[in-house]
Amino acid sequence: MTHRTLHISGVTRRFGSKTAVDNVTLDIAPGQFVGIIGSSGAGKSTLLRLLNRMVEPSSGEIRFGHREVTKLKARALREWRRECAMIFQQFNLIERLDVLTNVLVGRIAAHGFASSMVMRFSDAERQMAIEALDRLGMTEHALQRAGTLSGGQQQRVAIARALVQKPQIMLADEPIASLDPGNATRVMDALRSINREDGLTVLVNLHTLDTAREYCDRIVAMRTGRIVFDGVAGQLTREVVRDIYGGAGTDEFNEAITSTRLPLPELALA
Amino acid sequence: MRQRTTLAALALFAALFVASSLMSDFFKVTQVTLPDGSRAWRWLISAGMPRLGEYIEMTLPTLRWQSFLSDLAEWFWRWDIWLRLLVETILIAFMATTLGVIGGFLLSFPASRNLAPNRWVLWISRRYLEIARTVPELVWALIFVFCFGVGPMAGVLAIGLHACGALGKLYSEVNENIDMRPLDGVKAAGGSWFDQIRYGAVPQVLPNIISYTLLRFEGNVRSSSIIGYVGAGGLGQEFRTAMSLQDYTDLSALFLILFVTVAVIDWGSEKVRHRFIEKENHR
Repeated sequence: MTHRTLHISGVTRRFGSKTAVDNVTLDIAPGQFVGIIGSSGAGKSTLLRLLNRMVEPSSGEIRFGHREVTKLKARALREWRRECAMIFQQFNLIERLDVLTNVLVGRIAAHGFASSMVMRFSDAERQMAIEALDRLGMTEHALQRAGTLSGGQQQRVAIARALVQKPQIMLADEPIASLDPGNATRVMDALRSINREDGLTVLVNLHTLDTAREYCDRIVAMRTGRIVFDGVAGQLTREVVRDIYGGAGTDEFNEAITSTRLPLPELALA
Repeated sequence: MRQRTTLAALALFAALFVASSLMSDFFKVTQVTLPDGSRAWRWLISAGMPRLGEYIEMTLPTLRWQSFLSDLAEWFWRWDIWLRLLVETILIAFMATTLGVIGGFLLSFPASRNLAPNRWVLWISRRYLEIARTVPELVWALIFVFCFGVGPMAGVLAIGLHACGALGKLYSEVNENIDMRPLDGVKAAGGSWFDQIRYGAVPQVLPNIISYTLLRFEGNVRSSSIIGYVGAGGLGQEFRTAMSLQDYTDLSALFLILFVTVAVIDWGSEKVRHRFIEKENHR
């Protein structure tokens, strides 16, 4: 088990004079569903992007088992990015390409230069892509242009792309922040099934507390780049929450403000 | 404040106007011979204007009703050679556009601020494109005629190189306006720099690139029609021969051939471009 544990030790990232992530130390056990919460600008996004080296750390070390992620270069780094797939708030699909090709992008780390440039994928890879789409209920849209899909559909395509990477870890950067509640639930359920059925470690940035409570085994809270809470949902008391979000001027922190739940039951069918 | 800037701009414009008109002899007064044989002083422009008419008149062929066909045949007496050279002219433009598009397309990515892998690559590719497009086609042609001898090869290389510089610049400006998020997605999936360009950038810029390319082809036909003047193939060499042998009616015939060709190509490529844009908008 320990060879698949993600160790983050003393990682700091500065942008100019601003410290986005400040000396963060965390161990993520394999198969955990970890939610990272905190107000915007707390460093959640930077932390996730440090993990797949989309952002380079100013100092500190990240290891995955015995592999030193922070020392990887070129091909090994690309291989690492394949292993820890990422989905984004804005989906980051190629809108002008069809859904199937977008999913197949998840395979390019394994491709050589020529086959990648001419967009040539094997039948096995296509089958893999269709299976992933099928799992997310998106097969019927396989030949549609990605830009014509709704936000929720695009995010599911993005998850399918992540799945064909055959990753060990799934990083999700505010995956439901641009979605309506119905689609948000479907996306979070998809992440949960990936976590439970495939045993993937899931790290998800959330700004909605109730989603974090509902889905996450473990909740990590950040404030001004530091970890200020690390525990299970039950330990998130009102005082702790107020501390995380700074309680700026309001005594009564209204959790419902950040809620993605539907206020009216009949809308749940939407 | 704004008024002062306007005034300064006007003053600068006036100064430049005066300086350039003095340098180009715009206000020069010259002596001319009047019809009655006496000499008089006249402004250069008004003195020279009638000669424009004279020149055009000289190039006009004699066409009579009763012998129209034979007059026409005399006007276009070198039609077989001109036709072959016209085909050569178009082929030079086609080949040069192809070379220019390939070079410009490949270099436009390292020459884009948002896409260049590092600033050295950015610097080198930008300078290369600048040099390629700053040197005029005729100058490149002179150099290549010296290197590769008289013929269409020199023209293809000259126009192609210039087109590469001009298109690379245009394409890179298109590249600099793309949405970077798809590239981020490709990178996070383990894609290399080339993968990010191929999957993230190229699909976004392709419609613009096709449009610019067709526009460039029109321009290259115009360029290749004159490039023969310095020996780099195509119809241009006929202009030179006609002028030095004072076969003035040949000039009007050649002009007519070029005018029709360029008009037809402009019209055709505009049709293609519009159809393409329309198709893109409906996708």
